[in-house]
Amino acid sequence: MVIEQKVVEQKIVDPEYLFFEAKRQKRFITGSEAVMEAIKRANVDLAISYPITPQSESMHLVGDLYAEGYLKDYYRGENELGVMSAVAGASMGGVRVFTATGGPGTLRAFEMFPTWAGARLPVVCAFFCRGVNSPLTIQPDTIEMGFMLDTGIIMFHAETAQDLFDMILKSYIIAEQPDVHLPIGVFADGFFVTHTRELVELPPDDIKLPPYDPYKSPVPVMDMEIPPVRQMRDPFVMKSNFISYACHASWQQEVRAAGERARKHINKYLGELIEYDNDDADILIMASGTAVSQSREAISIASKEGIKVGLVKIKVLRPFPWQEVKRIARKAKAIIVPEFNITGWLAREIKSVIEDNTKVIGAPRVFGGMTMPVELILEEIRRAAK
Amino acid sequence: MSTDIIKISPGFEKIISRDYRDLVENGPYGKEVGIAQLGTFKELIEEHPLCAGCGLALSKRLILASLPNPEDTVIVGTTGCSSLSFAQVAIHNIHSIFGNQNALATGLKRALAIRFPEKSKDVVVMGGDGGIGDIGLGMVMHSWFRGEKFTTIMFDNESYANTGGQESGMSQQGVVLNMAPLGKKFPKLSMPEIAHDAGCVYAATVTPAKPKHLAKIVRQAILIAREVGPTYVQIYCPCPTNYKFKSSQSLKRAREEEKDNSYPLREYISPEAKKFIESLEERTNETT
Repeated sequence: MVIEQKVVEQKIVDPEYLFFEAKRQKRFITGSEAVMEAIKRANVDLAISYPITPQSESMHLVGDLYAEGYLKDYYRGENELGVMSAVAGASMGGVRVFTATGGPGTLRAFEMFPTWAGARLPVVCAFFCRGVNSPLTIQPDTIEMGFMLDTGIIMFHAETAQDLFDMILKSYIIAEQPDVHLPIGVFADGFFVTHTRELVELPPDDIKLPPYDPYKSPVPVMDMEIPPVRQMRDPFVMKSNFISYACHASWQQEVRAAGERARKHINKYLGELIEYDNDDADILIMASGTAVSQSREAISIASKEGIKVGLVKIKVLRPFPWQEVKRIARKAKAIIVPEFNITGWLAREIKSVIEDNTKVIGAPRVFGGMTMPVELILEEIRRAAK
Repeated sequence: MSTDIIKISPGFEKIISRDYRDLVENGPYGKEVGIAQLGTFKELIEEHPLCAGCGLALSKRLILASLPNPEDTVIVGTTGCSSLSFAQVAIHNIHSIFGNQNALATGLKRALAIRFPEKSKDVVVMGGDGGIGDIGLGMVMHSWFRGEKFTTIMFDNESYANTGGQESGMSQQGVVLNMAPLGKKFPKLSMPEIAHDAGCVYAATVTPAKPKHLAKIVRQAILIAREVGPTYVQIYCPCPTNYKFKSSQSLKRAREEEKDNSYPLREYISPEAKKFIESLEERTNETT
């Protein structure tokens, strides 16, 4: 059976209008549906899927968008390495792409992430975090984000389905800036965000972003329509001489510099790299993802007990908001960092940038699929308040 | 592409390298040239670092002179000896990681089909036996199962030559190479048959000892891929460096192995692909 693809008409609008001005309506949807709603308005040419729990639903919904005519092409790939390679090929061929994975899928495809960054590809990929083997688990855990920190890709961490929607949609415009032109990973905690419903404010679905213009890329698109024709993406720089080493070194530095240049665009479209509340309190919580929601709850209970606690929500992990974190940390007496992983990569990041890292409390940490009871965060708050 | 895009702006002729000037003035873009005209036009490959007597180097030169439409072709390579001579090729080409070439080519081909619906943009994968037959085999076969419309060309030097001559799946049984200290213990992979079973509408093996035949096979594989479905070409590329024979003996070796059937030549073509090639031949006959 072959089903014909439908045709859909959408009006192209300015990104600023779509993000900030278009009237939004509230819908009660899951995180996976929020991904679909973002891609519906993102003018994506090609999406490639591969199932893995808890990501599968989001990419099958994107497949439904293809059937409805919102995408020009879509298929299910052979494995995550194949999918991440194919989106790289499509991006080098000059189209806007989307894919998503999570947990073991992220690790299966891992070689492609520094390769995307090195090749300056503005791929947008969603990661729905879950534990990695072994022993096998499909439950939420953010350990893969710790592995991804040094790949050179830009990393956002969504707390809610609303964040997920806005971050994915805005990622295209940030990733495709000629002075950035880097991949962006939008991370969300599996199940907690993907499989739960919440009210999400959505602009109308008959408007979409302007298309990607591959000729604004700082590296040549591979279509034989742009000189020079003697062009390899990306050439080997591995000869045993100083010029080769210097060339490779400066290329890597430029990838990192492009990530730094993303800050101003992130500030413009996402607001600051962090959000904060009561940042003058003696006790602060610094967190990302759904650990922020649990912290809010704990802070509200603590305030009833007369303990004032500030909250710093870290939305962007790469480039890391080190100046903001360092400034806010200066006055605090204790900084609690709750995390959904065993290694505590966020506490490590914070410790590495603040002046007195002895005030960082790397707790509570839950992993392997556990939820984070508010009581665990409260215990840390009470202990710090003594 | 339009040849206008590579034209040199007035006043810059002297600072553009001789090689590039040659390419603009005498390159093969938009011209009907093939291996019979070698020596009369500027070839797509410049000086390269491959060994003397390398069967791959000669094969690559012949392939590049046989492309039906070089001005609208993009090549996807992969890690190995062949990738060392791609920076010198005057066609957009991609090296990504080891073994992912057919997955990457899938995305590229589909992207070019989206962006240029009125044009035929040919995507050609060129990799070694390690990249295509071993590490990338899953992704290679899945591109064939899906019916992706591009050609996969394997330079088969029967070893991991770039890493110092290790056994590959395409090495012959019994051969002693690095990592096969007691001789290879299983037979050479039957790639043409795998290609055929996995959905290639055309699969052929050939050696550079017969340049005209090689040129014909490459050309028709690319034309069939454009219109009908995935195609596979396997080229025997004797490796003097790792198989330790004199660099002057490469072609002799290819000829002998073909003759005594130790490197059997095969050709599979689907009825649809055959019909397509016949219709092309008819059209050529009508015009001549």
